[in-house]
Order: sequence, then structure tokens, then C-alpha cells
Amino acid sequence: MPYLWYADTPGVPRTWGTTALRWSGLELEALVGDAVMVSTVTTSLTDVASSDTALRAFLHGLPGVDRVGADQRAAMLGTRSIKTTAKAQAIDLAISMVDLTTLEGADTAGKVRAMCTKAVRPGGDAPKVAAVCVYPDLVPVAVEALGGAGVKVASVATAFPSGRSSLEVKVAETTGAVSAGADEIDMVIDRGAFLSGRYMKVYEEIVAVKAACGAAHLKVILETGELATYDNVRRASWLAMLAGADFIKTSTGKVSPAATPPVTLIMLEAVRDFRDATGRQVGVKPAGGIRTTKDAIKNLVLVNETAGDDWLTPEWFRLGASSLLNDLLMQRQKLATGRYAGPDYFTLD
Amino acid sequence: MSRLSVRKTYKLYIGGAFPRSESGRSYPVTSAKGDFLANASRASRKDARDAVVAARKAFPGWSGATPYNRGQILYRVAEMLEGRRGQFAEELGGGKRAAAERVDATVDRLVWYAGWSDKIAAVHGAANPVAGPYFNLSSPEPTGVVAVVAPADPLLGLVSVVAPVIVTGNTCVVVASEPSPLAAITLAEVLATSDLPGGVVNILTGSQAELAPWLAAHMDVNGLDLTGVDDADLALRCEQAAAENLKRVLRPAPEDWTADPGLGRMTRFLETKTVWHPIGI
Repeated sequence: MPYLWYADTPGVPRTWGTTALRWSGLELEALVGDAVMVSTVTTSLTDVASSDTALRAFLHGLPGVDRVGADQRAAMLGTRSIKTTAKAQAIDLAISMVDLTTLEGADTAGKVRAMCTKAVRPGGDAPKVAAVCVYPDLVPVAVEALGGAGVKVASVATAFPSGRSSLEVKVAETTGAVSAGADEIDMVIDRGAFLSGRYMKVYEEIVAVKAACGAAHLKVILETGELATYDNVRRASWLAMLAGADFIKTSTGKVSPAATPPVTLIMLEAVRDFRDATGRQVGVKPAGGIRTTKDAIKNLVLVNETAGDDWLTPEWFRLGASSLLNDLLMQRQKLATGRYAGPDYFTLD
Repeated sequence: MSRLSVRKTYKLYIGGAFPRSESGRSYPVTSAKGDFLANASRASRKDARDAVVAARKAFPGWSGATPYNRGQILYRVAEMLEGRRGQFAEELGGGKRAAAERVDATVDRLVWYAGWSDKIAAVHGAANPVAGPYFNLSSPEPTGVVAVVAPADPLLGLVSVVAPVIVTGNTCVVVASEPSPLAAITLAEVLATSDLPGGVVNILTGSQAELAPWLAAHMDVNGLDLTGVDDADLALRCEQAAAENLKRVLRPAPEDWTADPGLGRMTRFLETKTVWHPIGI
């Protein structure tokens, strides 16, 4: 009996066979009727991480991703034509979803301050962006520069971008960033552990960092460019959500390919199915490689068609980017003035 | 056994590639007598936009190349054109001898401009005498991306407007002559095989009235050559649109393409950079 995935999307199989549950040692008899089902699954999913075996059985019991189907559906949704007033609306929505990011070794306090000014007033009457994303040591600078303007401060942590450090260091880095005033923490998962099948280690790290976050939101970076397969993307998404992630994020931006449309599609399916199963909503943040307005609008179409418009707000969907904002502003100006805009008239960053 | 002839599809030339128009449109091109010759792509404003992006991308590399190197490449274009004299003479049509003379004049024009690449700075730049302990130097610099509306003369006219723009280090987007665009696309094949980096010259075919206003208003275009615009009203509108970001504009005026071109076309799209260098300290 298919019950969590609905068979309304050709190409992407969403019939979750009962095998997954049988493997994870759950009772199937209770899974009849929607209300009963949801509550059963909610309790079941908490047991999923009770042991390494159970977690592995659950993750490997997730239905496989039809690679060709996912690519095709993402490409098909990318052909939507969004024009005139709809485009103007989409551009403003995309601007309000941007996590304006600078993650370079050469970052300075001055650069972060300049970026924060732009985040609050991107130009003209454009809305402010959702957040700025910086390295932990620059969080105090960003907090001071934003000064309660309503733009959140996100900080990467946990030995970004490789994640190759001990748990103590990762937790300490997170605590430091939160106490410096970060509203959101972007952590990276241990891809080495994930790829070698030590899911429990990844799970426990996320749980520990989530605990260290306190009130701050936790975004878990899966670094899909290093996960090799779409099946792994789906597994990592579920793993992160089970461990308590508030957001799942595609990439660090340091690895290519970064946020490709099929990967975003799979993650959006995962958050939708996770909400159906548990009632808890998790956000999605594609990051890296989104440079043009066209890319951003394709992402919005993906959200609307996959997760639904509940996710179509800055609270639940973000675009991690740096150069994207200028392109959005240029397109915005093109719509307003009727002439193509040039980069000479926008800030260099 | 008879063989099927392989006909050429005339496409656009953008960023070193030959794409069809984004709009998928084309229009029939006829000879002076009215015989059908071929279908050419009818570029849209989005092709023009893409071409400006390609030209902008090519600008740092091309303007950063040494003038000597740019001269070599232009000379190489002349060499390639020389090798295809027959093909161009045939494509130009009209009297055989007249067509061959036009092609030869085109090759000569390219060589003439190629020679200017490393001399224009000496003629147009200066070491200025100033009242102070400075060595004061003015040097001509390319202005950036130039939009060129090519004149009706399909080959000599085209080369006479494109060569002076690129020899000084600018990159350009050219709107080829609307009634006779075929030689322009064949010239693109010559450019593509002459070590000219992709994007330095981008050639659009299609309606001048449709494309020119978009290029004139584009905020990432720094210069506008309206030589090929015969419609006075269109030229005026383009000049007004170009004023928005202070483009350098060359106004349309009838020209004899066989006459000595002079330096005007090169200097029109140059800016002067003046450096004050302290001495004696």
C-alpha cells in the first residue's frame, strides 16, 4: 500500500513500499487510515534512530530515486515562462529569499559591513534580503551593521566547508557563533562518515550541533556535489531532518556541481514527505551556482510545483547566493525602465 | 549518380558560436534582381542582449592584448579573407570584375587598419608639457562594447566600420545590413578561423529598426555607430536613447567606402587616459 508518496508525479516514483518499514522493524497493521497512519509514523520515526542498524535500515529502505525521471522533471519545470507582472513578483520574492553570502578567506569587516548595507537596502524600492551569511568570526560585525533591521545573521560553522574536525571543535564553533549573535547556523555534515555508511555518527553530530544552537535555526548542508548519487541526497535529507534540522541546504558553494535543479527537486520532495509523515515543516536552501534571475525563478517554480506554496516564503525557502542579487536587481530595473541594465550601475561585490 | 547539394544555413555569430535566433525567426534574402538567395536569421532583442553579454565578456581579454597582437590577428583576418576571394566575389553578385575589386579593397582595408593597431597610440596619445615635476602622459584607451549598425555595402562597408572599432581594443555587436546580410555571416566564418577571440565581433542579422533601439538603450553598451541607419527618425531616437548612459555616438552620414578612411572612426571610440607621474623626487 503506497502511503507516504503519491503517484501523481510521472518519472519520480513515490510509492514507498512497505519493505522500508518492515526492515526497520515497525508494525504495519496500524497503518490504515490517514489519521492513524500519521500518528503511527510520527512515533515510528523517533525510533528510527534508536540504533545504527535501525537508522541504516530506514535510510536504505527509502525508495530509490529515478535519476532520469528527476532530471527530466526538473528540466521540464525549468521551461516555464514567467513574464511581466508575474516576473516582477517573482523577482521581488526571490530578493526577499536571498541569503546574501560572503565566504572567502579574504573577507574583511569592511566587506561584511558593505554587504550588510546592501542587504538592508538592495537598491531602489527592492525588498530587503532574508539574511546575510558569513564566517563565525565576522558575526559580531554583521550583527552590529544590521542593527535590528530585520535581516537575519547566518553563520557557517562546524569546520566549514570540509567538516573535517572533532565534534568538540564543531560544537564550540557553533556555541561561539550563537553567543556572538547569529540567528542561524549553517553546519556541514561529515560526508566521509556518510559515504562510508556511518550514519549514526552524522546523526549524532547534527543532534549535538542542534543542541548547541539553542534558539538559533540550524541549516544542515548536505554538500550534494560530493554525495555522488540522488539516492544519497534523499537519504542525507531524511537523516538531517530526523536529527532535527530546521533547514536542509544543498551545498557549501565550494564544490562543483552545487545546487542543480534535480537535487533541489529531490530535497523539496523530502521536506514535503517529511511534513506529511511527522507534521513538522523543514525549509530548503539551494546554494551555489545560482547566478541568474532565470535560475532563481526556476527554483521558485520547483518549490511551487513540488513542495507547494507553503514553502514559498523566506521563512521556508532561501537562495544562498552572492552575485545573484545584482542580476535580480538588474532584471528588476529592466522591467521598470524598459532598457537593459548594465553592471556599471550596481555595486561591485 | 547525381548528388544532393549541401546548402548553408545562415545563422548569427555570437560569442564565437553560430546560434540560430533565440526567437526561431528567419527572413528571405533576395538578390538585387529579386531572385531568392537564402533565408537569414531574424535576430530578436534577446539575441542582441546575449551578444552584448558575449562582447562584454570578451572585452578584458581583447583590450588587454598587446596592440601588436591585435594587429597580427587583424592581418590574419585579411589573410583568411584573401583565401576566400572567389567565394566572396560570388556572394556579392553583380559584375564579376566589380565584385572582385570590392573584395580586394576589403582585404586592403583590413591590412590598413591592422597596421594602425600599434601606431594609433603614438599619433593620438601625447607626452604633455605641464608646469610641475610630473611626467604627464595621455594614452588612448578603448571605450568598451560598441554597437555598430552596418551600412548597406555588404562587405567593404561592413569591414570599414568593424575593423576601426576592434583594432583599438573595443569589442562590438554588429547589426548587419538588412537587405544583404549573407556576406556578413560568411565574414563571420572568416573571423571564427582567424584567432580572433570569440565575442570580440558578434554579428546579428535582421531588422535594423527592431534591434538598433535596444542596443542604443542598453546600459552595458558604451558606444554606438549609426552609420547604417538611413531612417532619420530612427537615428534620432537611437541618439536620444544613447544619451541615457552617455554613449559615444557616431552619427550617420553618407560615405564613400573606397576613399581613404582617415583616423576618425578609430578615435571616435577611444577615451583618453592621462597619467601624472612624479619625477625628480
